[in-house]
Order: sequence, then C-alpha cells, then structure tokens
Amino acid sequence: MHNPAQSGQGVSIWRRASNHSATLFAILAAILVIVPLLAIFVDLLIKGAGSFNLAFLTHTPKPPGEEGGGMANAIVGTGLILGVASLIGVPLGIGCGIYLAEYGRGRLGDLIRFTADVLNGIPSIVIGMSVYGLIVLRQKHFSAFSGGVALGIMMIPTIARATEEMLLMVPNMVREAALGLGIPKWRTSLSITLRTASGGVITGCMLAFARVAGETAPLLFTAFGNQFWSLKLNQPMAALSLQVYVYGLSPYDDWHKQAWTGALILITMIVGAVAAVRIVTSRGKMKGAS
Amino acid sequence: MPESPNPKSPADPAEPAQKPVTAIPTLAQAATRPKVVVSKSILERIRQTRPRSSRIPDKVFALLILLTGISVFMIVVFVAWELVDKSKLSLHQFGFSFFWGRDWDPVNDQYGALPFIYGTLVSSLLALLIAVPLSIGVAVFVTEMCPIRLRPIISFLVELLAAIPSVIYGLWGIFVLAPLVREYLGPFLAKTLGWTGLFSGPIYGIGMLAAGIIMSIMVIPIISSITREVLTAVPQSQREAVLALGATRWEMIRMGVLRNARIGIVGGVILGLGRALGETMAVTMVIGNRAEISKSLFAPGYTMASVIANEFTEATGDLYLSALVEIGLALFLVTLIVNALARLLVWSITGGRTGRANA
Amino acid sequence: MGVGIEVRGLNAYYGKHLALKSVDMTVPANHVTAVIGPSGCGKSTFVRCLNRMHETIPDASAEGDVRVGDVSVYGDGTDPVEVRRRIGMVFQKPNPFPTMSIYDNVAAGLKLNGFRNRKQMDELVERSLKLSALWDEVKDTLHKKSGASLSGGQQQRLCIARSLAVEPDVLLMDEPASALDPISTSKIEELIFHLKQHYTVVIVTHNMQQAARVAELTGFFLMGSLIEYDKTEKILTAPADKRTEDYITGRFG
Repeated sequence: MHNPAQSGQGVSIWRRASNHSATLFAILAAILVIVPLLAIFVDLLIKGAGSFNLAFLTHTPKPPGEEGGGMANAIVGTGLILGVASLIGVPLGIGCGIYLAEYGRGRLGDLIRFTADVLNGIPSIVIGMSVYGLIVLRQKHFSAFSGGVALGIMMIPTIARATEEMLLMVPNMVREAALGLGIPKWRTSLSITLRTASGGVITGCMLAFARVAGETAPLLFTAFGNQFWSLKLNQPMAALSLQVYVYGLSPYDDWHKQAWTGALILITMIVGAVAAVRIVTSRGKMKGAS
Repeated sequence: MPESPNPKSPADPAEPAQKPVTAIPTLAQAATRPKVVVSKSILERIRQTRPRSSRIPDKVFALLILLTGISVFMIVVFVAWELVDKSKLSLHQFGFSFFWGRDWDPVNDQYGALPFIYGTLVSSLLALLIAVPLSIGVAVFVTEMCPIRLRPIISFLVELLAAIPSVIYGLWGIFVLAPLVREYLGPFLAKTLGWTGLFSGPIYGIGMLAAGIIMSIMVIPIISSITREVLTAVPQSQREAVLALGATRWEMIRMGVLRNARIGIVGGVILGLGRALGETMAVTMVIGNRAEISKSLFAPGYTMASVIANEFTEATGDLYLSALVEIGLALFLVTLIVNALARLLVWSITGGRTGRANA
Repeated sequence: MGVGIEVRGLNAYYGKHLALKSVDMTVPANHVTAVIGPSGCGKSTFVRCLNRMHETIPDASAEGDVRVGDVSVYGDGTDPVEVRRRIGMVFQKPNPFPTMSIYDNVAAGLKLNGFRNRKQMDELVERSLKLSALWDEVKDTLHKKSGASLSGGQQQRLCIARSLAVEPDVLLMDEPASALDPISTSKIEELIFHLKQHYTVVIVTHNMQQAARVAELTGFFLMGSLIEYDKTEKILTAPADKRTEDYITGRFG
C-alpha cells in the first residue's frame, strides 16, 4: 500500500505555499494594526501641536464663531472631576480588593467578584444615565460632582481587581510572620500586606485613572460641560474630553483646530500616566497589574 | 559498589537563620546569656498587661471592608434599578413592540427602537469581521513568528491602541477616516463589490462603513491581547509534538496552537463584541446619526448608544426620556449577557483569573 | 531494510555556549542504541539534533555531518520539515493532542501529508496502534475518546503510535518512560524491544538498567562529548574509560 508519507517527495508545493502565505498574512495583519495607531499619533502631533499656543492653556473659550480662546477651564475641569472620581473610586476599589483577597474567599466573595466584573462591562453611557437619575435629577442641575461620581464608579472594578491580585501575590509567610508577632489582623492587612503590594496597587489606580480620564459619554449628562471658568463642584463643569467632542462636531474651523489641540493634551496626560506606571514597575517594585 | 558521597551537605543545624527579635533563644544561646533575675510579682504584672484584645478593631475593620465589597454590589443593583424605574413609562406604553418598531418620532411621541438595534448589530458585526482576522493575525505574529526582540515593542504598540480615548478616535474618524472613505475606499468598494447591494447609494464618508472601521480598530487590542494570552498558555510540548511529525510552521500553529486555543479565542472575540456594543463616542461622531435601516454600508445609521448620547439632554417630555432609558436598559442587559459568556469561555482556558485590568 | 545513522563532527550551540563538542557516532540500522549520561551532559541535545528539533529553540544552532540513511540532515538543500517527517520523536512527557480523538491523534501526521484514502488510513491507524501495543485497549473507543483521556502509559503509547503512523526510518525517544509508573515502563520497554525489527531506535535514558534491558549499544555522554560508545554489556560491566566507570558505579550523577 502506498503511503505518501513514506515517499521521498518532500514537502508538497501546496504546503509550502500555505506556510508562506500564512506568514505573509500575519505580518500584514501586524502592519495593518499598527498603521492606524501611528497615523493617529502623527495627526495628533501635527494638527494638535500646530494650533497650540500658550493662550490655549490660559484662556477660556470664546463665543462660537470668534477665533481664539483656549481650554483652560476644561483642563482644570478635567482635573477637578478626576479628583472627585479618585476620592470615590480609590477607597472603594482598594477596600473591595482587600475584601476579595483577605476576607472573601467564599460564596459571597465570588458574588462580589462577579458583580465587579459586571460593573466593568457596563457601557459608560449607561452609567452616566444612572448617575443622572440618582444625582442630577434630584439636584435639578448638572454638576462636576455627579460627573466625578460617574467616573469614580467606573474606576472601582479596575482598582479592585488589581488590588486583589497584588494582595494575593503577597506570600502567606509575610502575613503569618506578622500575625505571629502579635499584630492584629486588621493591622496586618493594612500595614503589612497592603504595604507590600503597594506598588502594584498604585499601578492599578493609575491605570484606572488613565482609563477614565478620556471618558466622555458618562459626563454628557452629569458634568455637562461649561464654556466659562468655574471651580464650583456643584455646577456644570468643562472637561477636556467634552470640549473635544463638542468642538469636533461643530461647524467652525477654528474650533476643529482647538479640538485637535485639546485631544493632544488629553492623550499626553493619559500616555504620561501609563508611562509613569511602566517606569514605576520597571524600577523593581512589585509587578504591576498589566 | 563504593558509596557515592552525598553532594549536598546538610545545613549546619547549629547556625541560626535570621532571627526575629522575639524568637525563643536556643539552649546554647541561653547558656551563654547572663542570667537575669526577675521577681515573681513583676512577672505577674507583665503577664497581665498583654496588649488589649484586638477583637473589636478587627471586627470593625472587617465590617468596613465588607461594606466596600457590598457597595460594589449595591452600585450595580442601583444602576439596574434606575434603568428599570425610569423606563417604566415607555415599557408600559409600548411593551415589547418597542423593539421592532421602526418609527422614532419624538414629535408625535412614537418610539420604536429597531433602527438602533439594527445599527448597533450591523456596526458591531462589521467591526468584528474586520477585527477578528487582524487580531488573530497580530497575536499569532507576536507569539509564534516575531523575533524576540520585537515582541515587547509590538505588544506595547497594540496596547497603546487601547489607551486612546473614544472621543479621539471619533475626531480622527471625522477628519481623516471619513474623507478617506469618501475619496478612495468607498468608490473602490462600490466598483468591486457594488453588485452585493452593500455598497450602493451616495458616499458621504460618514456612515455605517466608517463606524465599523473605527470600531474594529478599537476592538482589536482586546481580542488580540486575549488571543495572545491563550496562545501563550498552550504548552510548548504541543508545538513540539506537531513539529516532530514533520509539519511546516503554519501547520504547527494551526494544529498545535490555534486548535488548542479555540475556545479562549472565541471568548476573546465575544469580549470584543461586548465592548463594541457599548461603544459610544467614536461611533456617534462618524455614523451619521440618522434613524434609518438601509442595506447599504455607505448609508448613515444610528446605534443604541448614539441615540442616547445625542438626544438624552434634548429629550422633552417624560415618554421621550423613558424611551431612551429603555434603550439603555436593553443595552445594559445585552452587554451583561455577552460579557458573562465571554468571561466563562476565557476562564475555562486560562484556568482562572488572568492579569488583565483592561477590557 | 533499515536505515542507520552516521554522525561526524556534530557541534551544537545554545547561543554562544557549545553544548555538544564534535560528536562522532555510528548508529546501526534495526538496533536499539541507548544514550546515557548525567543531567546536562548533552544527551537530549544530541538526540534533538538528529531530527533538527534542536534549532527550534531560540538562538540554538547546530553544525556537522549527520546522515540518516542516504539523507544528509544538515546538508545544503535539506528541508528540516522533511527530516522530521522521516525521523519520529517521542518525548519525555506524553503530549497527545487533547482536542483530538485517539484516531485523529494517530492520523494527525498522515493528514498533514495529504493522505486522503479513508480505508487505507483506517488500516494504517490500526497497524500503528497494534505496533505500539495499544490497539486492544482502545479499538472500541477510537473516535469517541480524546487523546487526553487515557492514562499516562497509554498516552505515551499513543504518542508512539502517532510517530509510527508516518512510517519513519528512525525513532528517537527522549526518556520515554521516565514520567510513567513501573508497569507502563515495562510495557514500553517491551515495545521498544519489538520495534527494532522495523525501525532504528535511539533512546535517551538516565536509567542504566533500562539501557541494559532494551539496548544493544550504548553511548556515554559527559559535558557535551561522547566519551565511550560500545556494546551495552561492555559499557555497563567493563567500561574502557575511567569516567564511564565513575558514572556507572554511581560516583556522580
């Protein structure tokens, strides 16, 4: 019986050809994926830096149609909203992470872990809608505070998961050593275990921060945006992402240019946070969440 | 046969390792320490002044921590409740026919969500169609073909794609992608594939096609990073087994790697779908925002997330608002199911939780 | 009608590190040759050079003259894929394809090479499973059970059947029984003994008694060099080189 596997013909042309085409396709895929990335960054740099001037950082927007003005209020606004978000997201996220790692290894823990994942997957606009119902409707006005709440909620799952993983990575020996010394359990969790994992936890917080910094949808009906300078948390507030959105959709050329500049500043903030995370983790502190 | 010497000499038992201060001194050490005479009454007092019981602070702490855990649960419950509560009006008014009604007519207070469901499905499916082969291609390239030194660079770049905010994608979509579609891609597709009926009608640049393309770029990092994880999880022995049978590299990848990682890859794709369904800003900026159902991919469309983003703050009237919230509720439920399914599939391959903090 | 292996001046590298130093060895056809030595001596590396699996490790390379029958393994025009088809390999830890049935596992190599005739494939699968003494145990569940559902010893015999299905000239075995229990080990050893009628077998083993049981020839490796190569009986009872004697008598390794 002829067994073609036995014949000394070598690898058939068809097999060789499919091997080569597969390699080609994979390389092509890699290129096709990286090209838009580079294109976007190049555009951001060219178009964004092109219309960048100091006034952008110091002035507030001019009325539509008038040239000039800047996004100072939006930059500050983003900072304030993110500040509120962190005040909510970081404690709840770390607390939830501590719960899942140290106390929640049973059914309740599984349930909460599952809900954290669910929360992670909820579209940001739906969260915005819910916060609208909870806060904005009740207060009868938009506010930076409600925007911060919406973003803070979105930070929780990322921080909780990172915290849980980092805490689990702390060897049990460390906990037992502390407990054996007579340190109470609560102190152990905070001062020993958490401190050991602090590098990774900080990484998780910064990653969550970077993720929500660029969010627009949840702010649409909470912070709402503001063309004027305002530091009041109880009033509508401008945010970079919102400004970019509004300016981008507007019919004014000058606003288009400013949208690119705003986008450049936004992406710089985000990439800066991600880069800081990488530098911190590569310095030898405990492995980060990514 | 002569005895073989044990190469490893046992550790010297007399040598103590790093000792914490409170360790009990060994007999040897105790013998050399000067004897301290302590009166009995002082010993009694020391025993009585043990640190106060930490029971109560422990319980308080545990309770606080438990509360934070429960708060996460409460938040999800509250989100769901808000959605259900505020959409009651619309639910009562239209019932299930809401989901196949074709008319979205705020002026006459008639609301049907079919155009948005259609728009969401088509744009998401189009995004997946483009993203899945590219994501798997990139993942295979990075894990199986790429020279080692390039690997961290390329994976970093792909992850950078995930860091770009949606609104910036939208900006790029309006000013760069849409003109590209209008000037080059659209006419090309109309000429070559126009017979399918998918590429007919005027080419605005903005529309379903642009939305699908932008969404695919946004979804690629998720699918490719999960694919990369499941591919790396395939043990090296499987690859070797196929190679040793005389397989080419592609055959080894196909049979020894992809085959084993199938389930996980499907999970990654479904996770990407979940992200695509909820995507708002970039899509809103390039899809054209017209509530029409059209076969052509050049036509403008409208997704569930986009209509909420556009019309929520303008919504006059309770029914209008309620209809929009009902769409949000539908979105919430669909992404819930899709994400749960995806997690199940991915965990079954990687054997538990992965380190991904994104997606 | 078997095929022998001729090795001249084989050098193998991991990056810059020379792991095999100018190995010369002649493996006769239809015999079982054992390769022994302490951990890290290069015996696995040697065997993996014979079917060009060594170079699949990043930064690893090999050079020298290796002839399997009339094929020059490292020759200019030789395709490593083709080499691997003609030389079968069984690994230390059984690695059947978990997503495939028993039948598909054995037929995997056949399908790769374009075999389409279903009836002939059935015959070849049966023959391979009989050669590896697994047929009786699985003949009723060929398509129903997956490769991974078998016991350790059965999995390894499945892997042997899989290698045999493509009818190699040579079978390389890298410590095939080290992960198995004693009963499975003896089954595999019996199998090897019978296989030599059809194939040339090279087996890496750290167990000298195993070499004595199955191999006619034995080569002793130490630190990348082939120290001594002779009939197994002679190596194990009256080795010529002192280093071989030290290893055999257990002074190291």
